[in-house]
Amino acid sequence: MSEGTNRRTVLAGGLTVGAGLAVGSTLARTATAGTTPAPNTRRSVSLVVNGTRRRLEVDPRTSLLDALRDQVGLTGAKKGCDQGACGACTVLLNGRRVLSCLTLAVMHDGDEVTTVEGLASGDRRHPMQQAFMDLDGFQCGFCTSGQIVSAVGLLAEKPDLRRAEIPELMSGNLCRCAAYCNIRDAIATAAGLGEDG
Amino acid sequence: MRTFDYTSPRTVDEAVRLLADHPGADVIAGGTDLVTLLRDGIRTPTHLVDVNGLGLDEVSWQPGGAVRIGALCRNAIDDPALGRAYPVLVKALRAGASPQIRNRATFGGNLLQSVRCPYFRLPEFACNRRTPGAGCAALHGDSRHHAIFGTSENCIAVHPSDCAVALLALDAHVLVQSTRGTRRIPVAELHRLPGRTPHEEHALRRDELITAVELPAGPFGAHSTYVKARDRASFAFALASAAAVVAVRGGVVRRSRICLGGVAPKPWRSTAAEEALRGRPLDDAVIEAAADAATRDAQTRPDNAYKVDLVHGVVRQALTELREQS
Repeated sequence: MSEGTNRRTVLAGGLTVGAGLAVGSTLARTATAGTTPAPNTRRSVSLVVNGTRRRLEVDPRTSLLDALRDQVGLTGAKKGCDQGACGACTVLLNGRRVLSCLTLAVMHDGDEVTTVEGLASGDRRHPMQQAFMDLDGFQCGFCTSGQIVSAVGLLAEKPDLRRAEIPELMSGNLCRCAAYCNIRDAIATAAGLGEDG
Repeated sequence: MRTFDYTSPRTVDEAVRLLADHPGADVIAGGTDLVTLLRDGIRTPTHLVDVNGLGLDEVSWQPGGAVRIGALCRNAIDDPALGRAYPVLVKALRAGASPQIRNRATFGGNLLQSVRCPYFRLPEFACNRRTPGAGCAALHGDSRHHAIFGTSENCIAVHPSDCAVALLALDAHVLVQSTRGTRRIPVAELHRLPGRTPHEEHALRRDELITAVELPAGPFGAHSTYVKARDRASFAFALASAAAVVAVRGGVVRRSRICLGGVAPKPWRSTAAEEALRGRPLDDAVIEAAADAATRDAQTRPDNAYKVDLVHGVVRQALTELREQS
């Protein structure tokens, strides 16, 4: 797992009576349950990632995002906030757009996952990728793979999409560069919508 | 994150047996709330029971017109019949979270999500809800997002769900199951006020699983709406919201439900606002009186006094929308 020690665990370990009590009560509860699991027990999970079946051995705590990035080696889905607020980790799960940071890999045995790396056909870009390039739908690019995957998911959910609905239905993807107008235009173009569509 | 044993039962019986056998178990469905709580060390289950293999994802209309929504139906649910019978529910769902989160979040999990109080979510701060008796950092902290109704000296957090506010306004029940059998809990009794025991968040016993939400038969519910005020146009929790259902006959309101979100530790029914509507025409003066009544008995703090005006505004807007539809 790529988590390790973070700022929060350092603070929680070093501070407050509250945190100390929390640890105490949890240990007591674990002891009475008498079924403490062996730490780091790995589980076998079979995922179909971008059309290829992958068998992974995962710690049950591993997020789908970490499994894709660290074990499958696909870094297109980004770890922006790791708490479901930014949308940079968006992937398609059985065709529906979801946040891969908010789900555990172990829960997806047999599921199909599409990341941004799976959108193109060989060397031919997906129409959504091409539209983002043509209309300058990005600046720094960090949110872009999440934006593109989310937009592909949006068109699958709503074939009758109207231009005016795009901002609301893309609200799960933040862009700190605020390239929103061009992102909207790229999605509208890929959807075949005109100025007043 | 502490480690846990992961299980994915295939039947409800198997799932509730696991919950009965493992007092330290948590249920995971969509995971959109629980995964962050696990990651931040707020929840430390010994076992995680993944209920996604149980089905429970159907919308079934009952003889007589009631509808049962499976606990694992996702919040992205798109059912035109539900939208016609209960507009307030569909509007509340669409006002919640983002499309990606709605594709995963479930009805059962939405009702049982934890509060978004930053002092609850950061283990370095004291929180009675997380650790009974530890104290409440919010009382002396930033209270801009906190409750103006139903608080206690032990907790002032708000319940974050939009869906639950709509379900309360529709007099919904949750169906729950354990190894002892099944029972029905009115949504009005599902969430608890903090009082002296803010850590007891809801009426579900720890080995019980929500299997469905049941909405009573119409037509009450068909004339309804949901209005939500938040810090930005989309993808934010409510600062204040209103679910309004009215039944107008002979030019006057015969029956109504006015429920508020984002302002109390549970979805908050305003019987005072309902009283202000009863037997009266839905005109400007009556709407204003109902909006005033909805703010009555608010207990504000310096940072959240603005919520009184927001409550007034969302109730007025919801009722005005309903009047224009009549």
